[in-house]
Amino acid sequence: MRWLKSLGRVKIVWPLVALGILLLFNLFFTPNFFHVEVKAGHFYGNLIDILKNAAPIMLLAIGLTLVIATHGIDISVGSVVAVSAGVVAMLLGGDLGGHARYPLAVAMIAALLVSSAAGMWNGMLVSRIGMQPIIATLILFVAGRGIAMVTTNAMVIWLYVKPFALLGQGYLFGLPFSLYIVAALLLLTFLVTRRTAVGLFIEAVGINPTATRFAGINARNIIFWVYTFSGFCAGVSGLIVASTVMSADGNNAGNLYELDAILAVVLGGTSLNGGKFYLLGSMVGALIIQTLTTTIYAFNVAPEISQVVKAMVVWGVSLLQSQDFRSRLAAMFSRREASA
Amino acid sequence: MIRRRFINPRTLPVLVTLGLFIAMFALGSVAFTGFFSAQNFLNLFIDNAYLLILAVGMTFVIISGGIDLSVGSMLALSTMISASLLEKSHVSPLIVIPVVLATGTALGFFMGYLIQTFNLPPFIITLAGLYLARGLCYVVSIDTIGITNDFFRTAAHAQLNVIGANFLSPSAVIALVLVVIGVFVSRFTKFGRTVYAIGGSEQSAILMGLPVARTKIAIYALSGFCSALAGIVFTFYTLSGYALDGKGMELDTIAAVVIGGTLLTGGVGTILGTVLGVLVYGIIQVLIVFQGTLNSWWTRIVIGFLVFVFCVLQRLFEARKNVTAVKPESSRPQVTQASG
Repeated sequence: MRWLKSLGRVKIVWPLVALGILLLFNLFFTPNFFHVEVKAGHFYGNLIDILKNAAPIMLLAIGLTLVIATHGIDISVGSVVAVSAGVVAMLLGGDLGGHARYPLAVAMIAALLVSSAAGMWNGMLVSRIGMQPIIATLILFVAGRGIAMVTTNAMVIWLYVKPFALLGQGYLFGLPFSLYIVAALLLLTFLVTRRTAVGLFIEAVGINPTATRFAGINARNIIFWVYTFSGFCAGVSGLIVASTVMSADGNNAGNLYELDAILAVVLGGTSLNGGKFYLLGSMVGALIIQTLTTTIYAFNVAPEISQVVKAMVVWGVSLLQSQDFRSRLAAMFSRREASA
Repeated sequence: MIRRRFINPRTLPVLVTLGLFIAMFALGSVAFTGFFSAQNFLNLFIDNAYLLILAVGMTFVIISGGIDLSVGSMLALSTMISASLLEKSHVSPLIVIPVVLATGTALGFFMGYLIQTFNLPPFIITLAGLYLARGLCYVVSIDTIGITNDFFRTAAHAQLNVIGANFLSPSAVIALVLVVIGVFVSRFTKFGRTVYAIGGSEQSAILMGLPVARTKIAIYALSGFCSALAGIVFTFYTLSGYALDGKGMELDTIAAVVIGGTLLTGGVGTILGTVLGVLVYGIIQVLIVFQGTLNSWWTRIVIGFLVFVFCVLQRLFEARKNVTAVKPESSRPQVTQASG
């Protein structure tokens, strides 16, 4: 039993167990859930779809993991996704012949720059002006949709530039192309945070910003760059979202993504109170959410209603992370044992 | 001494807001014909009655140092429940209105209970509440439900003469009555004083023997009640229930409260300031309508910008306060912050 206990202390185990239970449920109740076939050199099936559809949330979760580790939050990511999609659509233009107004690379880099600027704005508000993260990012959460609507002129812009479709719809070595982007960004983030001291600094800021400052670390700069990085991740995510549906819709692109991404990070074991963070856990968290969504679809429930389930999961997970709740629970169990 | 009276951090933001409102009204009067009239001023209350109601509830929440992000979707849920009960189940408005108000209060109470009892961050609990209420809207109905009930129709079209030919709508009267009650409760009741004390310092409030736990839960229940009432008033405008009503209204509400001089850190703020904040919000919308060529999405962007400006102002005042607090002659006990 001791090995089981020490296994339980490894953070990644719990999200994996949750994912396993979800998959097991689908094994019994959803027909053909695990069916994967090869068509025209690509893998097809529910599992591949989950991976592919989870990619935008995974990208957001990478940035958000670092933000939450500093005891912050970024609820503007969904709106920044819409802004990024709006900018790339505006620059490519809705030309039916597939002729791009500006070169593809220019449009994509511009979208990423604008998203990073949005992240810098958040970072500036939090680190320099000292606003609470929730209020600072609430401004872009709402105003960002306004900006996205202005870039698309309040219309849905359809895109016909063929090469752009590779990002969200393309395949490489049989697997969706977007997964390679996620893997690359994840690897990069992992190397920067775990092979240098940056990760330690971020955790230190989340645990005790004052002590961090006394230790000679520039906490404000770390917070600033963490939000900027979150904006950048949202930008990449926005490109993939726009490419998947080949359109930009200021109102609906990235809608509710902030909830999914926060949920992914929290499910992955990173506490909303900041401190230690788990990038791989967040990735598993994103997969759990996507599997949950796919499962809900498979049962023919209206997709909007899945919000109710997700909201309850957030409440449940917050409770489990609350020290007061745990000690109450522990007290309840020990009382029961004592009376037995 | 006179100088300090004018640069009182408690009243200056409200004065700035008052100046801003007068300036904008003057600007509109000069730039557009037909802008300057008593009816146009009363229209601000008529058109923003629901926002005023939300903002009164939110003022209490923010003064206590909390935040409620669920107000917009709680409003939508109220419109959906009203419309569905009235039109699909043909229940009398005399029953529908209390049921809706009770539902809103109960949801607010539940969130307050989670926040207070388990010491959870208000923003994450109410963010989940935002999605939960929005999802529940779709559970009620995916489509818009029109309201044909006579009582609601009368309330929608009634005009109550105030001065000469100028009139107010029943919604505006409800909102103004709530404002009067709000001012009374915040200034002259034990509940009101406890709210300010919690915002000033929760720890001190507990040590003073104030009923902190009860009050904190009541604050969120009150905000839930206000959201439900705002939802009913909102149906007087639209005569329908729609799941996407009130999208982004959480920022509008917080913006009105912040522009009205309430500190996001808690402890300082007034209901009357919030009324001014709502008026400023309203006049921005009127100006954009009169201007005619700007996309209505610009309202969102302007509001986001105003929140930013006022938050920066707040930080500046706080910084100033901290500097002056070092001097012995100007150091005042924290509790005086809690009055007003």
